[in-house]
Formats: sequence, structure tokens, C-alpha cells
Amino acid sequence: MMSADFTSNFWNLYVIVLIVFGVGLCLFVLMTNNKRHTGPVEVQPHVWDETLAEYNNPLPRWWLYLFWATVIFSIVYLAIYPGLGNFQGFLNWSSVGQYEQEMAKAKQKYDTIYAKFRGQGIEALARNAEARAMGGRLFATYCAQCHGADAKGAPGFPNLTDNDWLWGGEPDTIVQTITNGRIGVMTPFDGVLSPTEVTDVANYVRSLSNLPNSAEAAQRGAMVFAANCVVCHGPDGRGQPLLGAPNLTDNIWLVSSSQAQIEKNVREGRNNRMPGFGDFLGEDKVRLLAAYVWGLSNK
Amino acid sequence: MANAQKNSHEAIERNVALMIVLTLLTVSVGGLVEIVPLFFQHSLTKPVVHTKDAQGKPVEVEIKPYDALRLAGRDIYIREGCYNCHSQMVRPFRAETERYGHFSVAAESIYDHPFQWGSKRTGPDLARVGGRYSDSWHRDHLINPRSVVPDSNMPAFPWLDRPVDASMIKEKMQTLRIVGVPYTDAEIAAAPSALTGKSEMDALVAYLQGLGTALSNFK
Repeated sequence: MMSADFTSNFWNLYVIVLIVFGVGLCLFVLMTNNKRHTGPVEVQPHVWDETLAEYNNPLPRWWLYLFWATVIFSIVYLAIYPGLGNFQGFLNWSSVGQYEQEMAKAKQKYDTIYAKFRGQGIEALARNAEARAMGGRLFATYCAQCHGADAKGAPGFPNLTDNDWLWGGEPDTIVQTITNGRIGVMTPFDGVLSPTEVTDVANYVRSLSNLPNSAEAAQRGAMVFAANCVVCHGPDGRGQPLLGAPNLTDNIWLVSSSQAQIEKNVREGRNNRMPGFGDFLGEDKVRLLAAYVWGLSNK
Repeated sequence: MANAQKNSHEAIERNVALMIVLTLLTVSVGGLVEIVPLFFQHSLTKPVVHTKDAQGKPVEVEIKPYDALRLAGRDIYIREGCYNCHSQMVRPFRAETERYGHFSVAAESIYDHPFQWGSKRTGPDLARVGGRYSDSWHRDHLINPRSVVPDSNMPAFPWLDRPVDASMIKEKMQTLRIVGVPYTDAEIAAAPSALTGKSEMDALVAYLQGLGTALSNFK
């Protein structure tokens, strides 16, 4: 274990000398005041305000013993715990050591549980009540902040319960998404398209989901779409999971279906990012999470 | 002996200057033992963290100073009082490291003047928040926390869309250099241009996204 990593041994000795001196001084004061007074109580030689004198009573015994107890405690403490410079104490205790012990104990306990799930596929895990419960708790800790406690998402953060997937809903794809994260980029078209073209194409996009739109504008928008949007969203607007390009025909919206929001997306583009959790959570937990998420759409 | 003690007792009580000197000596012992040696420990004075990788091999991670935008974001974090509810100190307990990641290490705050450790957690700890959410999540959340976390009781900060104040950034960095943050002349000269066109929101999000990232891939 790492002890105090002083820049020179001087500081090691400095700490030891000061502590030993301090404890020694306490012992000295205690021993010189240990005498039990007998006979009449002494009076301090000074007198204030003509008659005000002060008794020099000995310390009450129980009080004195408390001081002794603290000195003994400090000596025992310094023997078993770190405190005397670089001396680590006979227990060899450190906060990092205690933490690693706690982690090792937990690993032993939980590894047997995770081990049961290791051989099983994601679909099998999704049908296993225990795995699902664990996945739900992991989801509440690590995923609910964006996707919501009910996994139904929030504007800009996908709903995970509707079996509609930006990047694909295969079990292995979900594992991939959680492990490495995703970056979903739509380029901004402000400047590329004129304001009318933006309005037109937004009308066309709304028409794909049978939302109220201006038929005339949508017709013009179809041409704008064919020239600018099909590369990612496909000629039929059904999207491409490989690029994370959403299906625009299913009336499921990441942010909102409003004409204004769609126009904003076209003008400003989107820069969506799901962070990767692979390094942080490890494979066991990622697989349980993937099973839970897959299970939300595949009951 | 008893007489000598009485005399010295009296000598101290009747001489205020001597009493002040002896009192100062006594109360400084704690600081001399507990504080002074900290300035002479590698783990507290070098921007290097010693930890272990996934295979348990020891690795050294270097801690970098805040760039100009993050530094400006840090000042907004302090101005808005974020520290009143958010600590930046993951303690070495499993219950904390499972949720937040690697426990906090002294060297990580080496360029923080002052550090933001704190102990009050009305909201979650933020020591490792960098990279855990997307930029757009942070923006939505700062403008209206309820839009992404319905149960949140965090106040909204909708005014952060104004331009970030770049007028003092050079002076700030020069001052920090005096207390040991190794900014180069070139970095200081380029600082105002790094802030042009940026909003306070940009700066704060950049600050949050950098928090704790040096160790976020270690357990």
C-alpha cells in the first residue's frame, strides 16, 4: 500500500518527532499533576479586587483518567494505523486498501450471480425475471436520467419501449449501442436550402406520417427531399439504422412532430450523442441492460 | 518544584505578550503536524494520478489544466452556486464508485483554486459527470431540468444563453499561473479568441463535460 509519499525523509522524521514530542508532553503534564492533595486546599497567591482569591484544586480523578485514556488511545492508534510519518501501522490499513477489500468482497458475491447469466443470450436474459429485475435497477441508476424512469424518453432522447429503433433493435446492436455509445449527426441545411425550401420539405416530412400539411408545399418539398435528404433517410424516408437516420414515415418523433421543430431540425441539424458505457459498466452489466431494454419492446 | 511551577504560571498570566506567543505556539502545533507536511507529498503536489487499468497494471494519468472555455465555465459554476447542491468528491466506497466511477484523487483538483469538493449533496456528485451525458442533455437540463428529469428539484438557469464575459480571462489565467497552473504565454494570448462567440451555456457545458474525464475509464 502507498504510504505518505514525502518528497524527502526529513518530513517523515518531522512528523514522527512532533507527534512523539506532543504525546510525551501530555504524559509529562499528566504525571506532574498526578499528585493527590491532602489537607487544606491551596489558594493561588494572586488576589483580585481586594478579596477575590482562587483555589488551586487538583483535577477531579475521573477527569484526569480521561486524559490518561486519550494518551493510551493515541499510542494504540499510532501503533496499528498510519500516522507516524511513513510508518503504515501494524494493521497495514489504508483507505484505498479498505476500498479494494470492499470491492473484492462484492465481486465475490456478485460474480456468482453474473456468472449464471454469462452463457445466456440476450433474449433468454430478457425472459429471466431475475436478470430483468437487475437490468431494471441498473437502468434506473445509469440510463433513467436521459431515457426516463419509464424508459419512454424525453424530447431529444429516444423512447425505448416502442420497438422503434434509430440504430437497430437487434439484441447485439443494443449491446453495441450501450458499449460504445452513438453519435447521431444530421448536417445543418441553413444556407443550403432557402427558407421556403425548408418550409416545403418540413411539410413533405409531415405528409409522410399523414400529419396535417399543405399539399402544395409538400409536393415541392418532395423534390427538395429527393435532392438533399435521401442519402441518409432513404428514398422512401424510412431511414437507415446504420447511420442512425430515423424513419420519417412512422409518426414517431425524437423531438417533436411540429412544423416549427422539423424546420428547426432541417436548418440547424442535430448533434445527438449517447455516451458509451462499456468501459465504465463492464460487459456483464451491459448485457443485463441490453436484455432489459430489448425486453421493453419485445414482451 | 511546586514553587517554581507557581512562579512560571504567574509569570505567564501576568505577561500578555508572553502568553500570546505561547498560545500561538500551542495552537500552531496542529497545523504544523497536519497541514505543513501535505505541501511536501508527491501525491498532493504533482499533476499525476497513479491508478490501475482494467488488468490491474499500474498506470500514470496526467492531469491537464482547464482550457480558457472550461475555466470560464468553472467561474459560472461558482457564480451560480452549483456547489451548494453538488459535491465534486467521489469517496472510496463501492456504493459511490459503482454509480460515479473511480474515486476522486487529490491530484485531480491540483489546478482548482479553490477546489469544489464539498460535502453537500442535494443533487448528485459531479466529479465524474464529464461524458456521462450529451451536450444537448446538459443544455436542456440547465434551461429546464424538468424537461429531462421530471422529478428534479434543481432550479432552472434559463439566462445562460448570453455571451460569456471574456474581458478578464487573460488576467484570470495570469493570476492562476502565479499560484502554479502552468499556462503558457501562447495559451493566455489565445484565451479571449477561444471565448468569442461562446455563450455562458457553452462554457458551463464544456466545463461539466471535462469534469473527471482523466479517470473516467478507470475503475
